[in-house]
Amino acid sequence: MFDSGNGKGQGKSELSRRRFLSGVLKTACGVGLMGVGVGLYSEKASSLPALAIRPPGALPEDEFLNACIRCGLCVKDCPFDMLLLGQMGNGVAAGTPFFTARDAPCEMCEDIPCIKACPTNALDHSLTNIEDARMGLAVLVDQKTCVAFLGLRCEICYNACPVQGKALTLNYEHNARSGKHALFIPVVHEDYCTGCGICEKVCILEEAAIKVLPNHLAKGKLAGHYRIGWEEKAKAGKSLVTPDIEHKYNLPEGARYDHQGKGMIIESEGIGVDRPVDQMNMLRQQMEKK
Amino acid sequence: MKLNRRDFIKNNAVAAAATAAGVTLPAVSVAGDDGIRWDKVACRFCGTGCSVLLGVKDGKAVASQGDPDAPVNKGIQCIKGYFLPKIMYGKDRLTQPMLRKKNGKYDKNGKFEPISWDEAFKTMAEKWVAARKKNGPKGVGIFGSGQWTIWEGYAAQKLMKAGFRSNSIDPNARHCMASAVGAFMRAFGIDEPMGCYDDLEHADGFVLWGSNMAEMHPILWSRLTDTRLTKPGCEVHVLSTFKHRCFELSDNDIIFEPQSDLAIGNYVANYIIQNKAYDKDFVAKHVNFKKTPTDIGYGLRPEHPLQKAAKNPNKGALSGITFEEYAKSVAPYTIEKASEISGVPKANLLKLAKLFADPKKNVVSYWTMGLNQHTRGVWMNGLVYNIHLLTGKISKPGCGPFSLTGQPSACGTAREVGTFTHRLPADLVVKKDAHCKFAEKIWKLPEGTIPRHNGMVGKVAQTDITGKPMGKTLIHAVAMHRALKDEKMHCFWVQCNNNMQAAANLNEESYPGWRNPNNFITVTDPYPTVSGIAADLMLPTAMWCEKEGAYGNSERRTQFWRQQVKAPGEARSDVWQTMEFSKYVKVEDVWDEALLAKAPEYRGKTLFDVLYANGQVDKFPKQEVTDSDGNKYENDEMDYFGFYPQKGLFEEYRRFQYEGPKKGHEMAPYDAYHKARGLRWPVIDGKETLYRFRGGYDPHVKGGKDVVEFYGKPDGKANIITAPYEPAAEPPDAEYDLWLCTGRVLEHWHSGTMTRRVPELYRAVPDAVVFMHKADAKKRKLRQGQMAKLQTRRGEVVARVETRGRNRPPKGLVFIPWFDANRLVNKLTLDQTDPLSKETDYKKQAVKITKA
Repeated sequence: MFDSGNGKGQGKSELSRRRFLSGVLKTACGVGLMGVGVGLYSEKASSLPALAIRPPGALPEDEFLNACIRCGLCVKDCPFDMLLLGQMGNGVAAGTPFFTARDAPCEMCEDIPCIKACPTNALDHSLTNIEDARMGLAVLVDQKTCVAFLGLRCEICYNACPVQGKALTLNYEHNARSGKHALFIPVVHEDYCTGCGICEKVCILEEAAIKVLPNHLAKGKLAGHYRIGWEEKAKAGKSLVTPDIEHKYNLPEGARYDHQGKGMIIESEGIGVDRPVDQMNMLRQQMEKK
Repeated sequence: MKLNRRDFIKNNAVAAAATAAGVTLPAVSVAGDDGIRWDKVACRFCGTGCSVLLGVKDGKAVASQGDPDAPVNKGIQCIKGYFLPKIMYGKDRLTQPMLRKKNGKYDKNGKFEPISWDEAFKTMAEKWVAARKKNGPKGVGIFGSGQWTIWEGYAAQKLMKAGFRSNSIDPNARHCMASAVGAFMRAFGIDEPMGCYDDLEHADGFVLWGSNMAEMHPILWSRLTDTRLTKPGCEVHVLSTFKHRCFELSDNDIIFEPQSDLAIGNYVANYIIQNKAYDKDFVAKHVNFKKTPTDIGYGLRPEHPLQKAAKNPNKGALSGITFEEYAKSVAPYTIEKASEISGVPKANLLKLAKLFADPKKNVVSYWTMGLNQHTRGVWMNGLVYNIHLLTGKISKPGCGPFSLTGQPSACGTAREVGTFTHRLPADLVVKKDAHCKFAEKIWKLPEGTIPRHNGMVGKVAQTDITGKPMGKTLIHAVAMHRALKDEKMHCFWVQCNNNMQAAANLNEESYPGWRNPNNFITVTDPYPTVSGIAADLMLPTAMWCEKEGAYGNSERRTQFWRQQVKAPGEARSDVWQTMEFSKYVKVEDVWDEALLAKAPEYRGKTLFDVLYANGQVDKFPKQEVTDSDGNKYENDEMDYFGFYPQKGLFEEYRRFQYEGPKKGHEMAPYDAYHKARGLRWPVIDGKETLYRFRGGYDPHVKGGKDVVEFYGKPDGKANIITAPYEPAAEPPDAEYDLWLCTGRVLEHWHSGTMTRRVPELYRAVPDAVVFMHKADAKKRKLRQGQMAKLQTRRGEVVARVETRGRNRPPKGLVFIPWFDANRLVNKLTLDQTDPLSKETDYKKQAVKITKA
């Protein structure tokens, strides 16, 4: 009764005039009874609360609200019982499915039973590989309390990530404070993160430092004119403009210059001129290959 | 911190505003942290030995932090350590002794009822004395722990070896480090690694032979990672039967067929010899070559077909050979052969061999259960020592074979105190009459009190309270469970571990023994564990910092802490329980008349009088425990006994180190440890030892840093010992077609007794899952997340399938962690052991998996 369903039924499910009128009457009555409350509620229904995440394959929010017939079949077929239905008070349009990652995240079933159960394609049936789902995006929202930034060996979010090594990776950094330990910093990659929310659930803090947010809240947007130089070069397989000339330098004996690489190399310092930064980059590349 | 009135009002206003907005402010200058007493405590989990600062207020642990001044961890902790204070405050702490009773009397099938300590010990003593009289030295047994504090282990060892005259004491280190011990003793004649954690910064190459250090030794891994990142040319080689977190850093991934590490170890030695990359001078001066008997069986019951088929079951006596004969023994292990046996590509094997062969590279080898829990564990440990000895990469910064201990005091208590059936403190053994005589002298016992391994003092049989000769007296952990089942042992006391969950072959060995109606099982634990529930008497204990304690970590670092808080209810520490129980047993109950006649002053005395009120253990009077800031600490055991038992036990133990026949284990006086962030032994004249057996570093070696002396051996030379590849006991076949490997995860400690009671860790990893290859799952019509049934010849367990995540087994192998009390993984495992170290192999058995 409270669904915002504008336009949903156009042409398809015709309401009889009588039902339409009685619906309007009931609504008016409800408004009279609840006053401001309903005003607030209808506002919420059109903008999902930040921590409510739609099931895998859900269409963009407006389309989803139009397509979802509130049948609850996806909720019924979830083998982990983690999907909930919106109702008064939780801020989600009544009868529509969602989950709260911190309480119970999506377990990413290979066969995606919730989508199979959906009779209307509100959960897009063309999604067959669960790793292609984009329910939301994990964001490490608080670097101050995430214990990885303190050098602690936690990595529980990383260990639990179903797309480990792609959606969540660890950046190794030198711990300058202790001088002899490494930091293992979790980094989310939006090209792979499905938004399942398992990382948020398992975060050991009292308030999770990593949270899954709906895509429209989580994602930044690069200005339309801007391209990433090295990615464009890699895509093209060569420099986009005439390659640089071969440079020549005035150098004493025993010194070389690697123009596109390490810069000045003094031979007497041996082959051990790799700086920690190079080592870390090498390691990162090596890990990405794996 | 002083606040003036203005600041106070300002702060309060801010706090009030924040409260109204529903925000909690961090305790900045508000009085929140005032009145917290901070003190150092060693972490209670793995063998790394991190130091923690614990904050106590109003008798409760309210805060903690990594100790920034501790050289091991510099303020860093793993996620288990982060939650340390919580482990003491689980809702189901045991607070009273609980005995199975029916109609007011003990009954094996009764329900647990709370009783007094007096009733607990009276019941126990009656059972123990009867069992000791009926079945001889093996009639009773204590199963202890590498999580015991040093004095808890020492007191228990004394109770058994000197009091009950029984060698039936073994620690859970038998499941953990026994192979490393066996191999150290065979090669060097003295236990424990020669190097220390400083190798983590000084090595150029790290080889992990069978260790998921990334999860099991998180802080050491953090140091290794830092070196790999910041040191040019540094390499990490990882060997394992499946891919785990360490492979993220690896420069050489070596996934080998289970058991084939034996072939790989021999190949590396062969490569070094063939390419003349061995250190000729070092080998000539410091090494002897030995041959071991082969085809030695699998440590199963003697009637097991595999045991019967073995030519030399349990044999380990070494015979001398030449370098040439040794070279010949490894010659068959060519790169082709090693690659064929192990399934590892030749390029990876070559890369590993080249690292060791490069004279410019400092290399340290690390391992944990991959090498130790191995039916050829002593051999495999030895193969690693062989490589380090051949190349001279040993006993110097950045070089050496280094076994990482799984438990916080596997070294400090189990190994150094020697709480094994065959050992005495400071590397002494009951096999040697002179060692027993020395222990008897220190302990003020008549000669012949301590049971010799064969029950003979010279040519004279030791007589027992049974009136019969003692006979063979040694009984290791796995044999104890067998003896319980066979009714050769009737009384069993498990302290500080959860052996019903931890021991292999639960269905066929552990459970029938424990629940045998003629056996009386006591379990001392803070919580009602799987073991506690399976026992007849549960004794509530004071855990971790609820008592004054000491641990020794993997790098020979001994660390002390003071009692920080009181244990709940009537819970009492293990050392209190051992000592108090001894008051309930009279010398006449357990010693024969002939022995008593040699020490008539002990007639009518209790074991407590003989063992602990002996003028040594009770030497230090009751005193106030304070730190350098004048803060006061309780010591409940001192209050109760009226003397300082921890100090008395430790100082008596130290006499073994200074006056005993084996040098090299010296520790500092008791009080020194309360001041230091741990000291690495040998500690002589207040100086610690970083590298053993090398001049300049080791006070026992005269000369400069070019002088090496393996002084554990009479001629100062270490042994290189042959060890061929021999197959595993239970490889997969047509029916049980997968390898099953068990192990641990970062979030949980061993059987999960403590960490599963921390809600955050439980939420992170609630259940054990079975990690398997996607193709293996698919073949069995299983998908990620579905329930699978794991079946072996001994039992079955149901667990969820995990084809993703941190562990990636190859096709043909599955891995399951054993922390989960809801799925007792040791129903599946085989009670196979290394025939030499008697350590269980939990890593290799055949399993079949179907849809549950």
